[in-house]
Amino acid sequence: MRALLAALAAVPLLAWGAAAGYRIDRAPIDPRDLVSLQAGARTFVNYCLNCHGAQYMRYNRLTDIGLTEAQIRDNLIFTGDKVGDTMKVALGVREGKALFGAAPPDLSVIGRSRGADWLYTYLRTFYRDSKTATGWNNAVFPQAAMPHPLWQLQGPRVTTIQSTIEDIDPNTKKKIGYLKHTLVLNESGIRTEKTEKLPGGKEYHVGTEISFASPADAKLATVAYDFAVRDLVNFLMFIAEPNVVTRKIIGIVVLFVLGFVFIFAFLLKKEYWKDVK
Amino acid sequence: MSEQQPDKTRRNLILATSAVGGAASVGAAVPFVWSMWPSERAKAAGAPVEVDLSKLEPGELKVVEWRGKPVWVIRRTKEMIETLKAVTAKLTDPASNASAQPAYAKNDVRALKPEFMVMEGVCTHLGCSPQMKTLEAKAEMGGDWAGGFYCPCHGSKFDYAGRVFKGAPAPLNLPVPPHTYLSDATLLIGEERKG
Amino acid sequence: MASRLTALWDWFDSRMPSVAEEWRKHAAEYYAPKNFNFWYYFGSLALLVLVIQIVSGIFLTMSYKPDAALAFGSVEYIMRDVPGGWIIRYIHSTGASAFFIVVYLHMFRALLYGSYRQPRELVWIFGVLIYLTLMGEAFFGYLLPWGQMSYWGAQVIVNLFGTVPFIGPDLALWIRGDYVVSDVTLNRFFALHVIALPLVLLGLVAVHILALHDVGSNNPDGIEIKKKKDANGHPLDGIPFHPYYTVKDIVGAIVFLAIFCAIMFFVPEMGGYFLEYNNFIPADPLKTPEHIAPVWYFTPYYTILRAVPPLFNSQFPGVLAMGIATMILFFLPWLDRGQVKSIRYRGTLYKSWLAAFVVVFLVLGYLGTEPTTVWGQFGFDAFFFDTKDIATWVGRLCTVVYFLFFVLMPWYTARDQCKPEPDRVTM
Repeated sequence: MRALLAALAAVPLLAWGAAAGYRIDRAPIDPRDLVSLQAGARTFVNYCLNCHGAQYMRYNRLTDIGLTEAQIRDNLIFTGDKVGDTMKVALGVREGKALFGAAPPDLSVIGRSRGADWLYTYLRTFYRDSKTATGWNNAVFPQAAMPHPLWQLQGPRVTTIQSTIEDIDPNTKKKIGYLKHTLVLNESGIRTEKTEKLPGGKEYHVGTEISFASPADAKLATVAYDFAVRDLVNFLMFIAEPNVVTRKIIGIVVLFVLGFVFIFAFLLKKEYWKDVK
Repeated sequence: MSEQQPDKTRRNLILATSAVGGAASVGAAVPFVWSMWPSERAKAAGAPVEVDLSKLEPGELKVVEWRGKPVWVIRRTKEMIETLKAVTAKLTDPASNASAQPAYAKNDVRALKPEFMVMEGVCTHLGCSPQMKTLEAKAEMGGDWAGGFYCPCHGSKFDYAGRVFKGAPAPLNLPVPPHTYLSDATLLIGEERKG
Repeated sequence: MASRLTALWDWFDSRMPSVAEEWRKHAAEYYAPKNFNFWYYFGSLALLVLVIQIVSGIFLTMSYKPDAALAFGSVEYIMRDVPGGWIIRYIHSTGASAFFIVVYLHMFRALLYGSYRQPRELVWIFGVLIYLTLMGEAFFGYLLPWGQMSYWGAQVIVNLFGTVPFIGPDLALWIRGDYVVSDVTLNRFFALHVIALPLVLLGLVAVHILALHDVGSNNPDGIEIKKKKDANGHPLDGIPFHPYYTVKDIVGAIVFLAIFCAIMFFVPEMGGYFLEYNNFIPADPLKTPEHIAPVWYFTPYYTILRAVPPLFNSQFPGVLAMGIATMILFFLPWLDRGQVKSIRYRGTLYKSWLAAFVVVFLVLGYLGTEPTTVWGQFGFDAFFFDTKDIATWVGRLCTVVYFLFFVLMPWYTARDQCKPEPDRVTM
């Protein structure tokens, strides 16, 4: 009975733990890596552009990442759009709401609202969960309405969610020890739960840890998948602000010019202020 | 030690600082001035337009929009092409010396291929869009009307190559936009391409 | 050529002598104290930022669309499709934060050197009016990008006006022009931000400078330079504003522009403080972001608002406290009973209180950017009647100190052991 109550109590705690707790990885992106950006562009139009749009991004702007207009037209535009058009989505708002509960948001500036690190971690921490509407869940964004868009690239994984919580006596409301709740979700999202009491007399750190295990032969696939996500996130950051590289170059030029002007202005000031004692 | 020296230094410094500062200010003004040129959206809206010629009947006029203007594509019949030579005496500029057209359209049919006439349907007087008046409109157009276009605003008349008739308020022949054929059945208006 | 230009100028000057007269009055023959220091750059810098904001604002208005369905997209259009549009947008967003940094430092100078004291009370009053107008201008402008923070920030602030007893709900309805913040609100905030308040600002800045020039500038020693004049009637410690301070302010402007451009080109978002991350999500009236905070320059007052708990089932006391916190600035010239103007000659009481005020203002500012749980909770159950959040209680303490700085000022400035002021300014 106590175990059941503890398990029930653990469920909201799981959500809290995941929301507050899952460590965000640093996205190892290089905005000057044109090959990475082009790979990301390819992933984006193949896996994301079906449901999401990037309505502020023009196809022909992709010439900035080293593609010619012909390459863009031949490889990245699957609709009747012209190369000067923006990356609009085919899925209508109403259909999106009906399918997913909320219309998939436009991704033009998602890089600026979420940030590269969050997106990088989010796209790598989807897991199968039989208890959700889509059959998918996410460690960084629990109960996300989006199913795993890149599941074909990532391959099957087994997820283990371990939470350490305080064991509270329901009658005295006092802490009597610690419980460890382990939830294992296999490749199809089937859940196996277990709760056990941790040895007494020690203090344990309360929290939740989520870990993933790929099958032993999929080690390489994991690394390749991380690279693919890195490239996709690199691309998402590019479309969020295509001017980043130009911006910094102009910034350096401007600072040099201002430094140069400063020298003259300062000498002029010194010249006049010689008179003032 | 004359007092000329500090004044000279002062004057030179003022000049130098003003010059350098002025140059920097011009530089600062550049993004603002530059921002007023056509945006990517305006340029994309001005992109070339493809026209499918396979369904165009002989004698039929098709109107497409390019850069906000009506562009006419006419599949001229043999009779229409023959009228072009007959009316040259009545035209203001039969050789199209003053009007706007690409080099490949500066011939007596004003087109790359005689069968298809591509021109902007914008009267060179004050910008109205003329109407096509075939041989059947002889009654309203006058006895010697061989067919062409009539602008309802101020009465300018053009032939089947867009050349303006004498006595019209319009000064120039109708402009021909850059165009090229992607295939026998596809015309691209707005771009000239080799091969 | 030179004589042609002189002749042209003479033609003009004989028909409109006011131009040369005003130039003499306000620049070539305006005698300012010769000991202006670092703190005296910020007035001219504030004027520079005003010009920058107006010019960049005009060019933004060429492409921006004040329509709820089009606004967010039009900002991205400016960022991507308009040639150089991103520069103009970043100038305007960086300029907004720069304006407040410069204005806060400019106001702090007044606290350091008693620049609000007689005969400059009116200069100070116009200045506080400029500050309040600037806050309004920033508030209206912030709705325009129509992001999540824009929308919900406006919704919350307008609802604050709704807490005023009796007239509140009608007042909020009148400000919004609709039952919730909507396209109607956006359009009118656009009109207010682009034309109405800029005109008010320009007028206030003009009278602010005119009032100053009528009585003459203060200086870091707080003594009146007009008391000692030379044979020509010019203050002994004064120098003509032009060329000395024009040339000095140009240097100041260049240094400022270098910092401004460094931020604008390298860190325009400034970690989410100048351009907030949530504002890159289009406004969604059905979904409030987890964490709304006003832009950093409003946060001290936001903390004061949150520090006051609801009383008599109304949030109005908090709103009132927030309002008084700004309005109390007007009374500074009469609260300060010190014998000297400048901190250089004040005693330890004023210096301590000013230091406490600065610390408290910065802490209040920081706390306003975070949720009230940022510093956790008190572990013990004590007498805390509404919240155990440590941050809220620190905010309350800081609010009390903030108000005490002003309320106790007549007492501690009168009692302060001051040092004798010099006769002549010290460089």
